[in-house]
Amino acid sequence: MNNLLLNVKNLKTQFLTDDGLVRAVDGVSFDLYEGETLGLVGESGCGKSVSALSLMRLIPNPPGKIVEGEIWFENRDLLQISEDEIREVRGNKIAMIFQEPMTSLNPVLTIGRQIAEPLELHRHMSKEQALGESVKLLGQVQIPEGKTRVKAWPHQFSGGMRQRVMIAMGLGCNPKLIIADEPTTALDVTIQAQLLQLMKNLTRDYGTALIVITHNLGIVARYADRVNVMYAGRIVEKGTARDIYGDPRHPYTVGLMASVPRLDQDVKTKLLPIEGQPPDLLHVPPGCSFNPRCRYAIEKCHQETPELVKIGEKHEVACWVDIRK
Amino acid sequence: MTNQTQDLEPRRVSQVGLRAIGRAILRHKLARVGLVIATLLICMAIFAPFIAPYDPNEQDLYNVLSGPTAKHWLGTDNVGRDLLSRVIYGSRVSMMVGVVATAMSATIGVFIGLVSGYRGGKVDMVIMRITDTVMCIPGLVFVLVMAAALGPGINNVIYAIVALGWCGFARIIRGQVLSVREQPFVEASRAVGAGGMRIMFKHLLPNSMAPIIVAATITLGGTIMLEASAAFLGLGVQPPTPSWGKELRTGYTYLERVPLFSIAPGLLITAAVLSFNFVGDGLRDALDPRLRGEGKKQ
Repeated sequence: MNNLLLNVKNLKTQFLTDDGLVRAVDGVSFDLYEGETLGLVGESGCGKSVSALSLMRLIPNPPGKIVEGEIWFENRDLLQISEDEIREVRGNKIAMIFQEPMTSLNPVLTIGRQIAEPLELHRHMSKEQALGESVKLLGQVQIPEGKTRVKAWPHQFSGGMRQRVMIAMGLGCNPKLIIADEPTTALDVTIQAQLLQLMKNLTRDYGTALIVITHNLGIVARYADRVNVMYAGRIVEKGTARDIYGDPRHPYTVGLMASVPRLDQDVKTKLLPIEGQPPDLLHVPPGCSFNPRCRYAIEKCHQETPELVKIGEKHEVACWVDIRK
Repeated sequence: MTNQTQDLEPRRVSQVGLRAIGRAILRHKLARVGLVIATLLICMAIFAPFIAPYDPNEQDLYNVLSGPTAKHWLGTDNVGRDLLSRVIYGSRVSMMVGVVATAMSATIGVFIGLVSGYRGGKVDMVIMRITDTVMCIPGLVFVLVMAAALGPGINNVIYAIVALGWCGFARIIRGQVLSVREQPFVEASRAVGAGGMRIMFKHLLPNSMAPIIVAATITLGGTIMLEASAAFLGLGVQPPTPSWGKELRTGYTYLERVPLFSIAPGLLITAAVLSFNFVGDGLRDALDPRLRGEGKKQ
């Protein structure tokens, strides 16, 4: 229905540490269509944030490196373009909202100056124009009295308001894609809901695609069109929100769904954690990286790493076993 | 949830608020005194032509080396010039050299330190080794060498002071940059497309100002001292321009007859250096992370 906006092919990002090579992202491929909301879920350390940072080439060069892959965006492979060109993309065509609103704003610059930064950089606005636009953007993210607020300092804003400022910064240049890395993790639950709804409305109004990275399955269920589930640097299952929640096929996804407490469960019901620990990325087990924790594991799982296989219209899973049997 | 270590960083000037800084300095007794004296000295330098009772170069050969009299409060020098006027005009040289040399050192040092801290890696290593080496060169000796090579004028003294003075600033700001550049807002800025120069000057520098301001005030005192020492040895401004160090030197010969000749400029040098140091101390306390004041972040 919509056009293809982003096409990631076999992305691999590694970190060379003193203890060895960490394969943070180990062959990730996915598509994103215009205006779509994609949820990227997984445990801490599964590679979701690193994938997002890789999209914008924000991986710090020692010790990290994007060693392989293609990121097709607007008919260009973002991994091949020059440093100047990628800087043109950042904040302009692709914007990012970070996790910690308390520290993502420069404490010695006013809110207005910070929202103005991408406007000055990419839309080449003058200081006054940018300030006027900042006031408008503050209105968009529902911060009232923009004219006075624009001169305020970050420490005068609460966490939720700062995150709105970050969203305003992200929207400034009307990007095609916004990547929100755990945008609400650091905030209270009620604010979380408000903010996500705000982001959903704005992306719908502007036609922006949104990648939401989170470990909160509730957010994903409500706001995402499609979901990628990641584990140990690879995507293990892809599908629409309905597929993932209604018909999970990867043992990890099943485990994730089962471990979330439900409101309609009896209070005494025991929670079902996934046994074991996430893998040490320095020593990933051979074959499917989930096999030590998987109760469906067969011989093959210890030997060969499964690739993603299509099992439904938009549903893919990387597993040797059909868990329905 | 909020990062604990953040509370231990030096306060940002904007957060504490200028009023709170002012109040904090005034709370510090020594800084109060220092501020008053420093202001007086600066006024002395600026308004010298209005304050000085005589032209500092006007000779009165009938009245040589008099002690303090009603006409000449500090007496006269060896060619009958009014000492009070000479000392007042002398403050101009000292202040000028102090301010100019400190400003130049700070500018150069800050720029080098910014680049060093931001780039890191080999660039940082090379720059820091150079800084370490230059820092080892003794100030006064270097001024003498420069004067011997380039001539005794005041400009060369300033160049010599700056040639060594930048190191302190470079180290300080490099240290600050190393920590500030790890802050999330720097990454956020990069994510918005900002390049090196912008990040260095718009984000890193403003967040590193506190120790620079403190260092600048203290360097000011040191520079005045250095200039006075150089003048004492005959370098710096040439006669007949008065300078504190120079007057001290000339007065040395007549120490038994008219001790005030040397003591007056000596006292002023001491006052200047101490007052700037005290103000620097006050500023350091004002920007101390443990300060609780208005406008402080939660």
